[in-house]
Amino acid sequence: MASATPAAPATPATPRTPVLGVARRRRGEDAIRVLLFLAALLSILTTLGILFSLLRETIAFFGEVGLWDFVSGTEWSPLFADPQFGVLPLVTGTLLVTGLALIVAVPLGLGAAIYLAEYAKPRTRRVVKPFIELLAGVPTIVFGYFALTFFTPVILNGLLGMDVPTFNALSAGLIMGFMVLPTVASVSEDAMSAVPSSLREGAFGLGANKLQVSLRVVFPAALSGIVAAIVLGVSRAIGETMIVLVAAGQQPNLTADPRESVETITTFIAATAKGDIATGSIAYKTIFAVGMTLFLMTLVMNAISIRFVRRFRQVYE
Amino acid sequence: MSAPALSLRAKSGSARIKEVVFRLAMLLCLGLSGLVLVTLIIDVLIDALPVLGSRLLTNFPSSNSEVAGLQPAIFGTLWIIGVCAVFIVPVGVATAIYLEEYADNSKWWNRLIEVNIQNLAAVPSIVYGILGLAFLVRGPLSLGRVVLAGGLTLGLLVLPVVIISGREAIRAVPPSIKEGSMALGATKWQTVWKQVLPASIPGIATGVILALSRAIGETAPLIVVGAATFITFNPSGVVGDGAGFSALPIQIFSWISQPQDEFRQLAAAGIVMLLGVLCVMNGLAIYLRNKYENKW
Repeated sequence: MASATPAAPATPATPRTPVLGVARRRRGEDAIRVLLFLAALLSILTTLGILFSLLRETIAFFGEVGLWDFVSGTEWSPLFADPQFGVLPLVTGTLLVTGLALIVAVPLGLGAAIYLAEYAKPRTRRVVKPFIELLAGVPTIVFGYFALTFFTPVILNGLLGMDVPTFNALSAGLIMGFMVLPTVASVSEDAMSAVPSSLREGAFGLGANKLQVSLRVVFPAALSGIVAAIVLGVSRAIGETMIVLVAAGQQPNLTADPRESVETITTFIAATAKGDIATGSIAYKTIFAVGMTLFLMTLVMNAISIRFVRRFRQVYE
Repeated sequence: MSAPALSLRAKSGSARIKEVVFRLAMLLCLGLSGLVLVTLIIDVLIDALPVLGSRLLTNFPSSNSEVAGLQPAIFGTLWIIGVCAVFIVPVGVATAIYLEEYADNSKWWNRLIEVNIQNLAAVPSIVYGILGLAFLVRGPLSLGRVVLAGGLTLGLLVLPVVIISGREAIRAVPPSIKEGSMALGATKWQTVWKQVLPASIPGIATGVILALSRAIGETAPLIVVGAATFITFNPSGVVGDGAGFSALPIQIFSWISQPQDEFRQLAAAGIVMLLGVLCVMNGLAIYLRNKYENKW
């Protein structure tokens, strides 16, 4: 800085310098710009790398297994002597656990969001919000431990008197709901806080009370943001691995009964990759084919979520 | 005049009850979340109490639960997080600077980079594990199951966190500072390096700490990349023969998978350590955020 500063005022004094603002081209500055761009490009390369690695092995996989057998088959036993590659049990397992998680995350998350956005005093908000964020910071393996060693034996089998096996979808799904809750709560709270206060004031002016303003004015006005929050929650639940791996067992199971043990897409990947599998073997390729299924499912969810958020922003900002 | 006023009052009676019920329902939502968090922590502490002790830090994993410890897991986590930090700080900050200070948003590729980072932030962690397996452990780089592969995989996973918080920190630097610097003849990079970056360091540091604390707790990608659950040495480098690794969450997972109660207790003890480390890191992040907030 010290050397550059005195030089600058001298420039306008010399009559032969070109128009002010057209600076001399600096190699160093250009090089830095290129370096920074390359760093930013890495994120694109990451996406391409994910797509490429998934696609390459997935194509190889479908060279050996029929696409229709994969999509419509109801039995999943890729590592057995007589392998079956029907992905449906994994998909239903994933959806079952996701559904259970939403039963917890949506009502609790929205309740917390409405409270924080509309009811809480600033001081309460400052205490409660980090508390919810704390829930988001707990590693998912810890939730898995809690579901397996506390929620199933003490709450489900003890307090509620159910008779569920050690590994079951119910416990994993409900506890996963608490992992997803902060996502739902914080994104939908942002949406509700962004609703202009003129809307609230207008409703109050017409004689509405706080409950009516919250539920009939703010909630509908923030609806697209709330939908985005829920969709984002769904995508997190679909992609979660450790809670299900620890607490739901690894039984490919075409069932809608939450008391049974299920295997999800993510748990299959983790459980299979844990063993030392040979590159190019069918087990290796299966990981990628199933990973592709997962990637596509979450990609669709994220695209929907981003669309909703954008629509919401266009209306109010 | 009196008729509507009457009806209004009649309504407000039942409305008040609804209001109270609604308030209680919302507090129940918050209370239930809090209850789960508190129960979880108490449960883990009670389970861990019998085995908490210094031998956890000094001993190696063992099939004998009496002497099993998690020293290699701790060292493994330290190595991985070190690699992760060395990777994400320069790359994340450079990307954030590019997007905030250099990128021309009317160009499609810059918008693509932005949307892409948003998308990457929501890709399931296990998919990053697959990427690491296909590109780093095997395939083009063929590093094997080493610290470098684990650290880079986690780095790619948490990079969006660093970029997004870095951008926010850089955006918070008022334009007057930049304009002042440029007016004094500084070049764009001199302005960024000597004015913008120093002013946004607290925000960037907060983002990096949060990213690293997420990386510490990640288990699934490390399982796929091939962290070892039973290991008898501490890593001695990032690549090569001595670079096989375990990690805290991997060791916890391995102990949870054992059916015996003694190993469950060890898992709980591992969780206590993990949560302890995360608390310290998050506390640091909150401290930084509060201390340097609203400086302008």
